[in-house]
Amino acid sequence: MAATPALQVLTANRLRDGDVVYWRDGEWTDHFADADVFDGKTTADAALAAAQAFVKGRVVVNPYLFGVREEDGRIRAIEEREIVRSEGPSVRRDLGKQAMDSFDVQI
Amino acid sequence: MYRYDEFDAQFVRERVAQFRYQVERRLAGELTEDEFKPLRLMNGLYLQLHAYMLRIAIPYGTLSARQLRMQAHIARKYDKGYGHFTTRQNIQFNWIKLVDVPDILADLATVEMHALQTSGNCIRNVTADHFAGAAADEIEDPRPIAEIIRQWSSIHPEFTYLPRKFKIAVSGSAHDRAALKFHDMAVEIVKNDAGEAGYRIYAGGGMGRTPYVGHVVGDFVAKEDVLAFLEAVMRVYNQSGRRDNIYKARIKILVNAIGVDEMKKQIEREFAEIKAAGTLQLPQPEIDRITAYFAPPAFEDLSDDEPTSLDPTFKNWLKQNVSKHRQPGYAIATISLKPIGGVPGDAEHGQMDGLADLMDEYGIAEIRVSHEQNLVLPHVRKKDLPAIYKKLKALHLATPNAGLVTDIIACPGLDYCDLANARSIPIAQDIAQRFENLDRQHDIGELKIKISGCINACGHHHAGHIGILGVDKKGVEYYQLQLGGSGAEDASIGDIMGPGFTARDIGPAVERVIDTYLKLRQNNERFLDTYRRVGMEPFKNMAYLEQTYAAH
Repeated sequence: MAATPALQVLTANRLRDGDVVYWRDGEWTDHFADADVFDGKTTADAALAAAQAFVKGRVVVNPYLFGVREEDGRIRAIEEREIVRSEGPSVRRDLGKQAMDSFDVQI
Repeated sequence: MYRYDEFDAQFVRERVAQFRYQVERRLAGELTEDEFKPLRLMNGLYLQLHAYMLRIAIPYGTLSARQLRMQAHIARKYDKGYGHFTTRQNIQFNWIKLVDVPDILADLATVEMHALQTSGNCIRNVTADHFAGAAADEIEDPRPIAEIIRQWSSIHPEFTYLPRKFKIAVSGSAHDRAALKFHDMAVEIVKNDAGEAGYRIYAGGGMGRTPYVGHVVGDFVAKEDVLAFLEAVMRVYNQSGRRDNIYKARIKILVNAIGVDEMKKQIEREFAEIKAAGTLQLPQPEIDRITAYFAPPAFEDLSDDEPTSLDPTFKNWLKQNVSKHRQPGYAIATISLKPIGGVPGDAEHGQMDGLADLMDEYGIAEIRVSHEQNLVLPHVRKKDLPAIYKKLKALHLATPNAGLVTDIIACPGLDYCDLANARSIPIAQDIAQRFENLDRQHDIGELKIKISGCINACGHHHAGHIGILGVDKKGVEYYQLQLGGSGAEDASIGDIMGPGFTARDIGPAVERVIDTYLKLRQNNERFLDTYRRVGMEPFKNMAYLEQTYAAH
């Protein structure tokens, strides 16, 4: 197993529509840029534990933590997979989160 | 085309009602995700990176205009306006909401379609030669036997919980357009010395983590025995296939572990038992009844002259995308879903509606989905080709590249797929753009590039003349090159060249490999033939020549 990344974000998919959501202050947001960034394992694991209530409550499925890093003053996912989830398909920039009016372009 | 009988229709309606209730129970909290997941997968519903993905079965890749219009409707109403045709001759929608799925399935049922057995450890949607019933080199249309297999395998209680998924392909031609030898099991229509048509059965082929070319397990199976024989293969697999290790659970592992002779022996034993029981013998009237659904259209007596057009680009399309039909005066037209720089296999709702209108206008009853992610109009009057080309052009569906270097198979990859390690589509786009010049494509000739974004090989990279496999190295995408694969009758598994290339380097490396071929080829041989003649070394030397960084 890889070491736990220094910075983490909690994500899941919404049950009803499958949309990618991120943990923010005890709730879920559609926007990666708004997500809570955990800089310690304890707080990250506590959020993941708290997210289980939303699994039970049929709000989300499959919550998990993933590593992020700070880059030019912005938070960015480390792995390509999470970059694609947070933005949308790289081959259809007109679709997904990157196409939402409020999307904060992460370049 | 096959039409549902009352049992088919009732069965599909019941499954829609069942799934509607299952979704309700999931949303009400009566089912957990662990309980619900196998149920949704049995209805073709996956959870991917951005949303749910619904995979709809297109049996043997055949759609009517009405069914194609329904796909356009689903794209428009429930998705983001487009669908993706897959290497399994299915269609996938990428942005589906769980709450909409029961309505989508109900809509599909109105056109005799469903999403059953497009996932899970069952016999999956049966695929077939996309030129079925039209190819000049065909012995018989393979779709009647494909339909018989579909009926036999649909919710077959013995084969609903197999060790792993099971894919069957059928073809009626010596030229294999259905990648028979890369399927768990395959049926090839052949003739015996007496001139009677029967079936040659292959088993144990497959791609994925451990690729194998299938073996012949039945040289000539009589028509009335075919289900008994196929069931015998399934029984051997069901009993002895490994259930302890998901990576070793496919029939290819079993066949290669016990050896093809032992496999044949066990199949013969089961076959003798099933045949003696007599319950699976196929009565000729039933074969005839099913075959009648696939009767060709009433062909007219037409001139076989090549059509001409004032549009100077028509001849390129005619040359590359139009194939010989068994009936004089008719042709098979391949509609490329590989526009340069586009997404292989994607079609917009307006394109699907436009094609359905075109089919109605020219009396073309059915359209095919090919495993190469293109569409095919199987029975076109030659004299209609110029007008059809004009309409395809207006729909942006007239790319004249069938079988050429830009006709690239690519799985959805990391742009959509939860299993992917790397993106496939941008690599396909980059390569297609490098070879956009049509004269250069014609000079290169037949060259099949196939790209998968992970080891599961949905993009058939093992069978590519040039195969590309995306891998993940510490969160970064790399691409391995394989050369010398083929999915045709000369099936072979590509050889891995060496360390992977970065996303930026893979396109130039492919270009250098192809330039090397152009220098080395003799007597107009294909890339594949040159590779088989000269081996990896010269290609490898050139591929790594200017590479900036290699993954080890």
